Amino acid sequence: MYNPNRVNGFAKLLGVTLLSAALFGCGNNNQAANTSTDAGVDAKTVAITAIVEHPALDAVRQGAIEELAAAGFKEGDNLTVNFQSAQGNMATAGQIAKQFAADNPDAIIAIATPSAQAVVSATNTIPVVFSAVTEPVEAKLVGKLDGSGTNVTGASDVLPLEPQVALIKELLPAVKNIGFVYSPGEVNSTVTLKNLKQIAEAQGITIVEAPAQKSSDIAMAAQSLVGKVDVIYTSTDNNVINAYEALTQVAKEAKIPLVSSDPSVIERGASVALGVNYKDLGRETGKITARILKGEKAGDIPVYAAQTLDLLVSKKYAAEQGITVPQSIVDRASKVIE
Amino acid sequence: MSMIAFFGALESGLIYALMALGVLISFRILDFPDLTADGSFPLGGAVAALAIVSGVNPWIACMLGMAAGMAAGVVTAFLNVKLGILHLLAGILVMTALYSINLRIMGAPNLSLLGEPTVFSAFIDGNNGTWVRVLVALAVVVLAKLFLDWFFSTQTGLAMRATGSNPKMAQAQGINTPMMIVLGMAISNGLIALSGALFVQTQGGADVSIGIGTIVIGLAAVIIGETVLTAKRIFWITLSVVIGAVLYKLFIQIALSSQTLRSIGFGPQDLNLVTALLVVIVLMLPKYRAKVLSALGVGKTAQKTVSK
Repeated sequence: MYNPNRVNGFAKLLGVTLLSAALFGCGNNNQAANTSTDAGVDAKTVAITAIVEHPALDAVRQGAIEELAAAGFKEGDNLTVNFQSAQGNMATAGQIAKQFAADNPDAIIAIATPSAQAVVSATNTIPVVFSAVTEPVEAKLVGKLDGSGTNVTGASDVLPLEPQVALIKELLPAVKNIGFVYSPGEVNSTVTLKNLKQIAEAQGITIVEAPAQKSSDIAMAAQSLVGKVDVIYTSTDNNVINAYEALTQVAKEAKIPLVSSDPSVIERGASVALGVNYKDLGRETGKITARILKGEKAGDIPVYAAQTLDLLVSKKYAAEQGITVPQSIVDRASKVIE
Repeated sequence: MSMIAFFGALESGLIYALMALGVLISFRILDFPDLTADGSFPLGGAVAALAIVSGVNPWIACMLGMAAGMAAGVVTAFLNVKLGILHLLAGILVMTALYSINLRIMGAPNLSLLGEPTVFSAFIDGNNGTWVRVLVALAVVVLAKLFLDWFFSTQTGLAMRATGSNPKMAQAQGINTPMMIVLGMAISNGLIALSGALFVQTQGGADVSIGIGTIVIGLAAVIIGETVLTAKRIFWITLSVVIGAVLYKLFIQIALSSQTLRSIGFGPQDLNLVTALLVVIVLMLPKYRAKVLSALGVGKTAQKTVSK
């Protein structure tokens, strides 16, 4: 049974003292920070939050900051950037959103769906620019894509899947079955799967699903596809990307080529990758944010949909996986690894 | 830390206090290390979110979420009591199963509640949301706390405490201990799911990943509460857990907003580290208390209260 052994108010007192000291400390410093910002002419503050730190999401942030600088808002000069990562914890994402609503910056950039939902839920006055959100309407961040009329706009990384399927057919003209490894817990992946099935099945290609709930399940999911598929395709699924080497290994042993829509995995085992350039997506996010800082209303700015796709080829991994990448693909690639 | 951020932390802390009260019942009162929480917290959120988007009144949606959580608790208890599966494993199994079940309930990994009515929205008028959410959360926590205080003074409640304290003795007294474990786990996970149901309504939507780390926050809240406010009476024990949860959330807020931490080199990537360090500081308080008291010449009493 519950039986604590200490009865004393002293710890309580110490706790409260410590806490108030900490609170007081932050309050003071915040004030100091605010006054220093106010001193500059046209000084702006942009708060950025991401659900987790991750190469693609970090590229978005960097792209946005670079583009803000190009538009005349230089960090440390006339722009204060406050970045917070929720470290994968949704509860923290909510607190960060409230913190930002309290700080009242000139704009908030929210990267990835959970962070964007938390921020949009926390404020309906501060302009919010979401980024790297695949389905902004389904996630109810905006009612429509061409100017929401609210305080929200952003950049979507919705992936055009037709070019992906076309690329796979160009790589393997006789393709019948495509294996798709993904996490059922990631919205981006489940949406991709649904759309991919529609597109592929219309062309007589079967999608074989291999769900994996954790990064550690990826290897098993890939093994389940051996003998059943001609190619393994993966999207920008966080778990898959974290454990991409597991796919590489299975692909090498079973001679199954890997195609990805995340350009970053070309160095880690994909034969061909065709994907959204997250740095560019970040730049577009930065451009939208700069327009807002210059006085435009977020609700008037249409949601940007990713347009620039990077095509990358790794001849090394293609050879390991038992295929030769056709010259037509190599010629178009923005980067070829020998 | 600004007032709005302070109230944000308070709101989050109060909502998680419900979860921590649930953890208190399983871990402390029943002595049942239950890991179902990581599944029942998002379960409550998923059920409530689905109900709300289907047009159900948000309060009823919360009740449905809570009922789902109670069912999850009963399953864990059943696996342990009837099938003889080790309690830790029973919790892990149910938590694992709930991940898939939550995906099924929502039909997708993320179910947005933006623009939908919530238990808070009825009271929100203009810009008073910050206060309203805290007050509504506080009201629910006070109700839950008073319910537990009352429950643990009833015959059944006392029997449950006896079950956790000394199962053999409890059985000898004619207490149906398996029944007590089932009931306790139902109440525990019901509270955890209710917390999840309220949480998704402040967060803008339910996501299958919201459960990750729930049990850690719950345990931290219980232990911080015990350290800060030590007591034997159930009234103070439940209060200490609520304080523990709020303090834990305040620590995260401090880690988020403190410019001092930034200036000495802590970046956004150190958030979890800073939070852990703040918790360590609080857990060290009893030791300091002993030292300070002995320095004041009341060392003997201090020693007595600190030593087990």
